Amino acid sequence: MPLKSSPAQPPAATNAVQTLWKAYNDQTPDRLKFIDAFLFFLMLSGVAQFLYCVLITDFPFNAFLAGFSSNVGQFVLAASLRSQVNPENKNEFKEVSPERAFADFALGSIVLHFFVYNFLG
Amino acid sequence: MPEAYPLPSNLSSATVTNTASLLRIVTLALISGAAIASRLFAVINFESIIHEFDPWFNYRATRVLATKGFYEFWNWFDPTAWYPLGRVVGGTVYPGLMATSGVIYNLLHALNLPVDIRNVCVLLAPGFSALTAWATYMFTKEMKDPSAGLLAAAFIGIVPGYISRSVAGSYDNEAIAIFLLMFTFYCWIKALKQGSALFGTVAAVFYFYMVAAWGGYVFITNMIPLHALVLILMGRFSNRLYAAYSSWYAIGTLASMQVPFVGFQPVKTSEHMAALAVFGLLQIVAFAQLVRSHVSSQQFQKLLFIGVVAIGILGAAAFGIMTLKGWIAPWTGRFYSLWDTGYAKKYIPIIASVSEHQPTAWPSFFMDLQFLIFLFPAGVVVCFRQLRDEHLFVIIYAVMASYFAGVMVRLMLTLTPVVCVASAVALSTLLDTYIDPTEPEINDDTVSESGASTASAPAPGANGTSHPTTPKKTKKAVPPPQSTSALGQIIAASRSSNNKPRPKGIFGADTRLMVVFNAMCLLAFFVFHCTWVTSSAYSSPSVVLASTNPDGSQHIIDDFREAYYWLRQNTQEDSVVLSWWDYGYQIAGMADRPTLVDNNTWNNTHIATVGKVMASSEEVAYPILRKHDVQYILVIFGGLLGYSGDDINKFLWMVRIAQGIWPDEVQEPSFFTPRGEYKVDDQASPTMRNSMMYKMSYYRFAELFGGNAATDRVRQQQLPKVGPTLDYVDEAFTSENWIVRIYEVKKEDPLGRDHKSANAFSQGKKRKRTKPAQRRRAIL
Repeated sequence: MPLKSSPAQPPAATNAVQTLWKAYNDQTPDRLKFIDAFLFFLMLSGVAQFLYCVLITDFPFNAFLAGFSSNVGQFVLAASLRSQVNPENKNEFKEVSPERAFADFALGSIVLHFFVYNFLG
Repeated sequence: MPEAYPLPSNLSSATVTNTASLLRIVTLALISGAAIASRLFAVINFESIIHEFDPWFNYRATRVLATKGFYEFWNWFDPTAWYPLGRVVGGTVYPGLMATSGVIYNLLHALNLPVDIRNVCVLLAPGFSALTAWATYMFTKEMKDPSAGLLAAAFIGIVPGYISRSVAGSYDNEAIAIFLLMFTFYCWIKALKQGSALFGTVAAVFYFYMVAAWGGYVFITNMIPLHALVLILMGRFSNRLYAAYSSWYAIGTLASMQVPFVGFQPVKTSEHMAALAVFGLLQIVAFAQLVRSHVSSQQFQKLLFIGVVAIGILGAAAFGIMTLKGWIAPWTGRFYSLWDTGYAKKYIPIIASVSEHQPTAWPSFFMDLQFLIFLFPAGVVVCFRQLRDEHLFVIIYAVMASYFAGVMVRLMLTLTPVVCVASAVALSTLLDTYIDPTEPEINDDTVSESGASTASAPAPGANGTSHPTTPKKTKKAVPPPQSTSALGQIIAASRSSNNKPRPKGIFGADTRLMVVFNAMCLLAFFVFHCTWVTSSAYSSPSVVLASTNPDGSQHIIDDFREAYYWLRQNTQEDSVVLSWWDYGYQIAGMADRPTLVDNNTWNNTHIATVGKVMASSEEVAYPILRKHDVQYILVIFGGLLGYSGDDINKFLWMVRIAQGIWPDEVQEPSFFTPRGEYKVDDQASPTMRNSMMYKMSYYRFAELFGGNAATDRVRQQQLPKVGPTLDYVDEAFTSENWIVRIYEVKKEDPLGRDHKSANAFSQGKKRKRTKPAQRRRAIL
């Protein structure tokens, strides 16, 4: 997952960030990178909506909440999916196979977007 | 290995498994039956009637939903409540209960079962109690094993603490809410155990149902985050926790905002902020974990330090600014009153005046939970022994709910499930230990302990006879080689994970028998206690009262319905009835007349107005009454019968609430005698004796006693020989036992006099200098 908001870095930390980025690129399977790309997109979209709400208007507040929660919800569901299919976590999720994880993800997303759609107004 | 009593050795493990699961199902069915049956006392002793106060509104709303459909209900504006303001019912109600019974009603009608909506409403709570038993079973199964689950189900099925809110006819939100509470918790535990977003989603959906059903959903909103937070702080963060919590929170919060009455509160009020904060924290922790898996620990520490400091400062600043700017509403009064029990009394008398908001008295813990209250701490301790993630949940739940139950009587209801769960765990551990036939081997460490095998502990009460021979549960663990039979294997295997050096266990059959017999006795007494409490204390509809005749037969006192039907038959459909708010829903439901205030106490000023009318003299009250188009005043008077829940006993609350708005006109101290006593006899203070409430309660009361001194049976005081007189209102109706008295407010005098002088005139009293006294009396 790409870095969120990198906090103001003293020079010592820059090095760490570089190492992190390199390690991430080397160690992560392509599947997970694909999910990460989706996560990154969701985050950007969420930030855009949040900025719009703060800077311009929050007028249809329910619409904002629906859009924003759709992003957040999708983000956490995808992040859950990511951790469930991550081979490193295999012994943590004994009862959740990757297929089952994707089914969970799909169902969660459907329920989520049912409420999102209902809330858009 | 030695055994205390022989086990059948010719059973295959498949037979054992099958028999156990069959027995479980049968036991659960029997428990459901017992749970439903014990709630039917009210119907059998009285009739199929809606109880108390709030259920009458729910019933009325459900009728609207059933007859007019969901959209009409959603947009329902009720002009008869809170006259002249009206009430937007669709947006100010938790619709879950009505929707549930509406669905059941329509389903039954679709199946060509023409069941009356009233019967659906009356029997909804018992029906859901069976589901609660099942949900508790599932929940406890996650904590220990199915045998503990069955015990917990049996407990919750008949425990008075839950029955008190779910007898047949008690058609209130709690009827379905406890089932939803337990089931949401079960889904949460399941989601946490498996790390499954599916169960997280299911938990969110049931959370949504709960939000739609009961204001107590805030309990879930804070319990689950608290559990998650404790897990994080204990260093038990896992990706399972992340998946479970995130999916629950993201979907659940969005879903909860669909309920109009809740609206944007989940993102705007402090009660919901804990969940959001934990959600944010989890994201950060999860991200940190991810980073840690990619970099060396030293670099990670650096990154972590910077990250935590930055995010902590940012988060605290954002929260502070938002609270300051008013984007996040501060805690509401109801919540302050949870922390500071004196708060409500000082600032919001209306909340304090509700009897179910009072702190719980000690005896009621025993009354509602009986021996479970002793087992409860033991169960919590047993949870500490294993301390898996889900045990932490029970521990936190136990601590929180115990506190809240001590603060408010009605929150006893949230304590009851956890008491049942914890006690079941404790009792089943005990039974496991003592029913397990394995005896410890001396001088042999390899065979090891038989501390608490989870083999066999059937639900007593339901099928309490079968425990020694039919273990209810098998474990998949590897059987140790030394066992003799399938059963023995299972039993030995069930605790082999817990390796320890010291052998412990029970010797001989006599000790076992003694302890098990003792436990069975406790359980039997519990059943008797529950049945007795349910039948005697919790099954009264309070709309219909019962007393016993000298010959022991039951005498039904039906004054309330008598009076409400009098109103329904004898008054105009739009005539406004003024009464204290307790009776608002009943008047609307049974008499179908507009009321000024009702049990949905949303407008304090309006209630204070009613309080002022009751507390002030006729001359002051009359203009208020006329301004509000009041035609009838209804007071509850128990003095003749000894019915203590009457209006004179509630009077001080009326005074206090009125004083909150008009401190100059209504003062509480002036209703007391100079010695500070609350009296209604001839020592009563003049303000008291001039108040509308006093006059309307005791009007013509003395006449009942002939020449003797009239006695108020509730307050045990002698009333003055000459009763109060009324000038501005006429007595319109008094019920058989004088419990309900209805007065008609007089219209303005046609000659423009005030009623006092008009009355004086018509009674022939001389007023300064006038014509000779008139012979005719005014027709009453």
